[in-house]
Amino acid sequence: MSQLSVRRQVSAQTNQALGLREQRIQQRNFAPYLFLLPGAVLFVLFILWPMLYSLRISFFQWNIVKPETSVNVGVQNYLDALTDPIFQRSVVNTVIYGLITVPGQIIFGTFVALLLNARFPGRTLFRTLYYLPVITSWVIVTLLFQYLFNGQAGMVNSVLQSLGLIREPIRWLADARLVMIPLTLLGIWKGVGWTAVIVLAGLQAIPESLYEAAAVDGANLRQCFLQITLPLLRPTLVFLLVVLTIGAMNVYISGLLINRSGNLLNEAHFVLTWMDKQTFENFNFGQGAAISYLLTAIVFIVSFVQIRFLQRDVMYS
Amino acid sequence: MMRRLPMLATRYVFLTGGLVFVLVPFIYMISVSLKPQAYTFEIPPQLFPREITLNHYQEVLAKENLLLYFGNSLLVATVSTGTTVLISALMAYAFALMKFRGKNVLFSILLIGMMIPPVMLIVPQFLVAKDLKLLNNLLGLIVVYVTMNLSMQTFLLRGVFAGVPRDLLDAALIDGGNQWTLFRRVVLPLSGPGIAVVVIFTFLYSWDEFPWAHVAMKETAKRTLPVAIALFQRPDLTEWGQVFAMSVIALIPVLLVYIAFQRYFVAGISTTGLKG
Repeated sequence: MSQLSVRRQVSAQTNQALGLREQRIQQRNFAPYLFLLPGAVLFVLFILWPMLYSLRISFFQWNIVKPETSVNVGVQNYLDALTDPIFQRSVVNTVIYGLITVPGQIIFGTFVALLLNARFPGRTLFRTLYYLPVITSWVIVTLLFQYLFNGQAGMVNSVLQSLGLIREPIRWLADARLVMIPLTLLGIWKGVGWTAVIVLAGLQAIPESLYEAAAVDGANLRQCFLQITLPLLRPTLVFLLVVLTIGAMNVYISGLLINRSGNLLNEAHFVLTWMDKQTFENFNFGQGAAISYLLTAIVFIVSFVQIRFLQRDVMYS
Repeated sequence: MMRRLPMLATRYVFLTGGLVFVLVPFIYMISVSLKPQAYTFEIPPQLFPREITLNHYQEVLAKENLLLYFGNSLLVATVSTGTTVLISALMAYAFALMKFRGKNVLFSILLIGMMIPPVMLIVPQFLVAKDLKLLNNLLGLIVVYVTMNLSMQTFLLRGVFAGVPRDLLDAALIDGGNQWTLFRRVVLPLSGPGIAVVVIFTFLYSWDEFPWAHVAMKETAKRTLPVAIALFQRPDLTEWGQVFAMSVIALIPVLLVYIAFQRYFVAGISTTGLKG
């Protein structure tokens, strides 16, 4: 009997046993809900209710002090947001950020993972050091980049000057277009370690036997990568694309602190930093909530499209 | 075998090259935290300080309540992590291994928590926390951190628990175990690497979180480290030495947690099915 049919038979048996077990469980049917209860209470209080509440706020000119005096303005907050040039600019900035940081993280992360995917002395040390930016708070790394990209005597300016690439120091953080360079570099720098770990887990799930078979057939490294590694890594890469895109569209703390550090005239906002400013500085809660929901809608649509068009099962038997 | 050695050398060359980019900012961070203030923006900037002082560390210890913020962060991150592991493991157990009415609908609702930008919840969360007397109260950070991690961690652990061999569960059931003993005696002990992943992710999140702590903890005595560090940022005279002294100290606990659990990290991610 082939291995596969043995496995099928075994799984049929376990399914039978499982059916028995489920019957037993159903007799005491409240147990599952007890398991869910603590999480459900927190989820309703701090996610579900806040979501609905902020949906409601998005249709009002909201008065935080006396909510009962708030004026229902219908979809006006959404229309205002969509026609607001600052919001439009923030969407463009966020999309640019995503278009640079997502491929950047995937390319460098995959490269690092391929290098780390072997047993060699020092592997654990390398893995830990590459993960260092991931474990560091966004607040810390943003201030660190603010320091390194300082407009006069920052490290980046000094290095570029000593290499003769620029003559005068560049004021990286004072120009809405230039500031995207430190922001995207920071996004890639902070995310590569995480991406590499996920790819590494994906690589380790590829059976060694495939490479051995390929070696017997005389395949070279490049063929192995293109014919075995890449196709089998596809689900992992699609997963990363979706998750990193969601992450990029939610870029927030780096933009917030960098915007605070300089006078960027509302031109360097990301969607969430503009939402933050509308809410916590302009106290325009309705606008803030509407912007959040617009972003959520974009995130849903983009994720759906990515999964719909890229998810394809790869089977190697 | 012949090809092994050059391959290994190439690996080291590329890995070390990449590491330069990863590490140079951190070396600067440590270096500035040890340089006298006059050298913060010396020209040209020196990667390694010529003169070392512990002034910045003494100042953040004495004037800036470093120990207090550190204690707050440690308490919040530890309790949040423990509570998240427990609560999301319970939920994951139900979703992975129990049969009940409404399971798929409830699971889909739970997953919404992974799709929404957390910042959009801050205003209503603030109102809930106010009613529950959780503002300026570290418990207010803990409950929100646990909740914000629930969806992702339950999703991960559900994948891990689904991989526990059925025979073991059935054997334990036939031996007269109930769901609780199954959960504690069979499923949890078999899920070590998966739980290590949850510990790393949750501890990092709670230790590093800024927006909620910034809004909910206005009292100085209740600040966490990221809030305290962000407050150093001033338009003209940011005290970089102190910023980075505090940052270096803030990095130590997460580094220790990561090192302690990283042995299981990659293996654990494989068991969660996170990779796709």
